[in-house]
Amino acid sequence: MIELEGLTKRYGTKTAVDHLSFQVRPGVVTGFLGPNGAGKSTTMRMMLDLDNPTSGTVRIDGKHYRELHEPLKHIGALLDAKAMHGGRSAYNNLLCLAQSNRIPRSRVDEVLGLVGLTAVAGKKSKGFSLGMGQRLGIASALLGDPEILMFDEPVNGLDPEGIHWIRNLMKALAAEGRTIFVSSHLMSEMALTADHLIVIGQGKLLADTSMADFIQQNSRSYVRLRSPQQERLRDVLHANGFTVVEAGGGVLEVDGATTEKLGELAAENGLVLHELSAQRASLEEAFMQMTAGAVEYHAHGTDVHGGAAAPGPQWGATTGTTTGTTSEGA
Amino acid sequence: MATATAVLQSEWTKIRTVSSTVWTLASALLVTVAMGAALSALLSSEFDNLSEAERLTFDPTLVSFSGTVLGQLAMVVFGVLVVGTEYSSGMIRTSLAAVPQRATFLFSKIAVAGVLALLVGLLTSFLSFFLGQALLGDHGTTIGAENVLRAVVGGGLYMGLIAVFSMGVTAMLRSSMLSLGILVPFFFLVSQILAAVPKAKEVARYFPDQAGSKIMQVVPGALDSEKVPYGPWGGLGIMLLWVAAALLGGYLVLRKRDA
Repeated sequence: MIELEGLTKRYGTKTAVDHLSFQVRPGVVTGFLGPNGAGKSTTMRMMLDLDNPTSGTVRIDGKHYRELHEPLKHIGALLDAKAMHGGRSAYNNLLCLAQSNRIPRSRVDEVLGLVGLTAVAGKKSKGFSLGMGQRLGIASALLGDPEILMFDEPVNGLDPEGIHWIRNLMKALAAEGRTIFVSSHLMSEMALTADHLIVIGQGKLLADTSMADFIQQNSRSYVRLRSPQQERLRDVLHANGFTVVEAGGGVLEVDGATTEKLGELAAENGLVLHELSAQRASLEEAFMQMTAGAVEYHAHGTDVHGGAAAPGPQWGATTGTTTGTTSEGA
Repeated sequence: MATATAVLQSEWTKIRTVSSTVWTLASALLVTVAMGAALSALLSSEFDNLSEAERLTFDPTLVSFSGTVLGQLAMVVFGVLVVGTEYSSGMIRTSLAAVPQRATFLFSKIAVAGVLALLVGLLTSFLSFFLGQALLGDHGTTIGAENVLRAVVGGGLYMGLIAVFSMGVTAMLRSSMLSLGILVPFFFLVSQILAAVPKAKEVARYFPDQAGSKIMQVVPGALDSEKVPYGPWGGLGIMLLWVAAALLGGYLVLRKRDA
């Protein structure tokens, strides 16, 4: 269990982390999501007592990090794959860490086997590929067999096989009842691994929710309709109690309906349909909308929040939403 | 609290498993001994050409330590790399996550590296002395002569302290390149030059290397050099104050700054 309370980090006038309070619970993978520069790494470094918070506290199993007796036995972290001495062998890099926390030498061999680096244990780590470095970093996190594991962007720069391996490892570790806290800037990655989600933007907490709830609340599903008899179609839909949104370009969007139901309705009324399709806004879009106001580095000249979920309302014939009670064309 | 003995063991593993330890310490020993031997041989053959003042204050012990001026630079490099590679490799974060108590971490590291530097320093010092005296022949002295043992042991202490001072400075600057860029020119050029400039030398004699190296003199004002207002142990004491200040500064930076 990790508890953050009002955690704040300011660099001069810039606030990197702004009064963050949340808990990371055991037995699940908690995803820590936010755009680049949202303050994820800073938060994680403060959790490990590497950076000093401006204010607020972090407690690991109820204790401050510095009060932990042999911290590697409580919490293991992968912050930066290259955070090892390149001139030292993989084995010796792990050995000096193990010794500092009185972890037996045999455990070094064990974790090297676990991450599949036994064959290169005696090689200097500066010759390692990104994937191997990442595995070595994970080996160091697992060294003390800790109850809490923290990974900062673990899949960054990995090949598909490495990504697959890390996903399964995190799930397996959570299934053993451990606390897994993993950061990412990719919603799609989180959707595959995380059970719980903490979203931050510009250092502020935007969401603290289960993955299932997040998906339910944020992935709007709707039916898209186009018809040459748009006016009549709209009236029919209104008359049947559907909420219709005009999306511009002759497109109508209907929430909370099935294509079957709407198709039958059109047929009963003898209406021609040019399009009838089920649509689902992706989680990535939901995430981008959530963090839209909190993106640190906008790409210039491109609409980063474009796509199906956010059609520009400026070209729509009417306002974005139309209620079903108005009936002007009967 | 991580146990100090466990951290000491861990730091020893760190030091013995990188190649820079061997080559910096071996360089310190070889350069000091070789240069001391060369100057001993040279002065032995040129003894009659020395000025009278130089002959009267001839200090065979100090002559055999002539290589220290150059050899100490390898000790500086050793000290800088021991602390600096933690920062240049990013290992510092992994290290501090394992041992979050800043004092335990830093002082265990410096204790292990300092003791190692001291042992190599003592070995260097005794080798330099005996080889130098053998080459000085009739002009040489013996280990049993007055104050000579103090100077030889002091030579080892000096080498060890130079390394520890460099570790403290690097902990403050948090960068190997920056620390080397300041310490090497300082010990090799700035300090030596200022010590020869009138007025400036009144200040320069309180520099850590100028003060500390007096422990290697047996004859006061050896080889017609400037007399200083402190004795050999006083000089070493001044150096110790510098070392203590560097260590304190290094610790404070480690405690205050984000890793």
